[in-house]
Amino acid sequence: MAKTKVIEIEPVTRVEGHGKVSIHLDDHNNVKVARLHIVEFRGFERFIKGRPFWEVPVIVQRLCGICPVSHQLAAAKAMDIIVGAKKITPTAEKVRRLMNYGQIFQSHVLHFFHLCSPDLLFGFDADPKKRNIFEVIKKMPDLAVQGVMMRKYGQEIIRATSGKKIHGTGAVPGGVNKNLSVEERDFFLKDIEKMKKWAHDALNIAKNYTLEHLDMIETFAAFNSSHLSLVREDGALDLYHGNLRAIDAGGNIIFDQVDYRTYNDYIMEEVRSWSYNKFPFIKSRGHIDGWYRVGPLSRMNTSGFIDTPAAQKALEEFKGLTNGKPNNMSLAYHWARMIETVYCAEKIEELLHDPDLQGTDLMVRGDRAEEGIGLVEAPRGTLFHHYRVNENDQITYCNLIVSSTNNNEAMNRAVTKVAHDHISGKPKVTEGMLNHVEVAVRSYDPCLSCATHALGQMPLVLDLYDAEGVLLETKSKNL
Amino acid sequence: MSDWPRILLIGYGNPGRLDDGLGPALSAKVDDASLKGVTVDSDYQLTVEDACDVSGHDIVIFADASVRGKAPFFIEEISPQSPMSISTHSVTPEAVLYFAEQMFNSKARAYVLGIRGYEFNRYEERLSEGAKRNLEEAFQFIRKFVQSGNLHFNEAGF
Repeated sequence: MAKTKVIEIEPVTRVEGHGKVSIHLDDHNNVKVARLHIVEFRGFERFIKGRPFWEVPVIVQRLCGICPVSHQLAAAKAMDIIVGAKKITPTAEKVRRLMNYGQIFQSHVLHFFHLCSPDLLFGFDADPKKRNIFEVIKKMPDLAVQGVMMRKYGQEIIRATSGKKIHGTGAVPGGVNKNLSVEERDFFLKDIEKMKKWAHDALNIAKNYTLEHLDMIETFAAFNSSHLSLVREDGALDLYHGNLRAIDAGGNIIFDQVDYRTYNDYIMEEVRSWSYNKFPFIKSRGHIDGWYRVGPLSRMNTSGFIDTPAAQKALEEFKGLTNGKPNNMSLAYHWARMIETVYCAEKIEELLHDPDLQGTDLMVRGDRAEEGIGLVEAPRGTLFHHYRVNENDQITYCNLIVSSTNNNEAMNRAVTKVAHDHISGKPKVTEGMLNHVEVAVRSYDPCLSCATHALGQMPLVLDLYDAEGVLLETKSKNL
Repeated sequence: MSDWPRILLIGYGNPGRLDDGLGPALSAKVDDASLKGVTVDSDYQLTVEDACDVSGHDIVIFADASVRGKAPFFIEEISPQSPMSISTHSVTPEAVLYFAEQMFNSKARAYVLGIRGYEFNRYEERLSEGAKRNLEEAFQFIRKFVQSGNLHFNEAGF
């Protein structure tokens, strides 16, 4: 009987959260199965039951210290429905949008400059001692400083719109509790030109990297998939509000302009025994073929256009690469992420010039409802929050589908493809080969803490087992 | 221009997880006290851009909850150190100093203040009684140190 070896990568480094990759090899070192396991326990949806609904936009920020704003906004949108705020005020919507652009700007910058740039600048196989952010600082200090300053800019926008860095309270059921003062506006206007320029420079790095390495990128963790995101009513990219659009790998519409409050009619979640992370799929396609991708790559694929000039120009170039058809290359996430960074900078500037941000009409109320569903585009993709509330204002039901859960099947496919392409049949598994697997996972910028709804940590490991399940070798990476 | 040292206190941790909120709780107390020359910040965890703030200060105190350290608190001077890898969940104080030194030429003297906590593993926003006592002692220590106007804990007689 042929023996099976299992390789596990745990923790996966330079991603957010805690995960493990296992790769099963047969006697000839051919990959049989490869999986990304989420090894933290999810418990948030149970924890939140019984809490008063108005606390939810603050409480859900405890899900993750990385994208608390996305959770705050999705929860606040759900609670808008609970308090009967069918349409929030222009000031409230624009402050929330500014908060979201600040969040996505800083998150994308962190990922590009500090987590993935070592792979792109030095190569996946480079000596790990030199394939890190510290080498980037040494070799390209200006780039490293730009990354930090851009991230800080986004964080300051979050602080200004959300009230504070920890447990911000800016977005509340029915609106916001503060506007943006003239002083705060002027503070951000002072540096916006610089932010736009640096974002554009980063876009060029990502674009040029893709074009210069196209032969590799066209095959590395590349596979056909459907794509899902919010789009505006006219089909434009929108990261805060809109309707759901899903397309298949060829660009054909699966559904379009779906009110996200009916998501249950279109999306289902499958549980698999080996991961705490669920596997969502499009109902009409079934659980085998209905999986999809979300996030920057998907948003570029689903959006008809972008309503800011530099990002639109970049989108046209991006779409041109695949003749207008969906781009299904995992590593193209980086390019897409930087287009969105440019977009966020442009939208931030647009909003800073809008006097509505200094408006004082912040909240609305209406007829109380018992169920609310909120959805935003988070940095890593589409984020669903769904709640039911009883007559005592307590949460009785909560379901979250976070971005990294939406990408669960895709990340597993990416791991499988890279393992087949780079590890299968090789006599020895090297660190560089393992990093290829991590590069594939990192391209999705997953937040595994969020995916399992645990608080906090994220480390990834690699173990080698024989056919009887005996551990032969462990390669782990400590953060 | 004053010779008074510019001090940055960064209290970090998750207030939604019991005593893990000791760092932000110290930041809140110090902020309320409006101590001379002290800038206060707090966050869930340290991040790379903290390096930028560090660079504008003479002294930086990283305040965190301690799971097993000495009660009521311990304080240690630290120096810049380059770790092998980062994630935004795990930037250490030494790495922040490293970033500050490498990118912004910071020469800040830095300390880690570990305040002993006792309860961590539940979703609840409160401090245990023991943690509250330790927090108060840590606050009094910081207050006296700041009022001494000295740059070094030992030289300040602590």
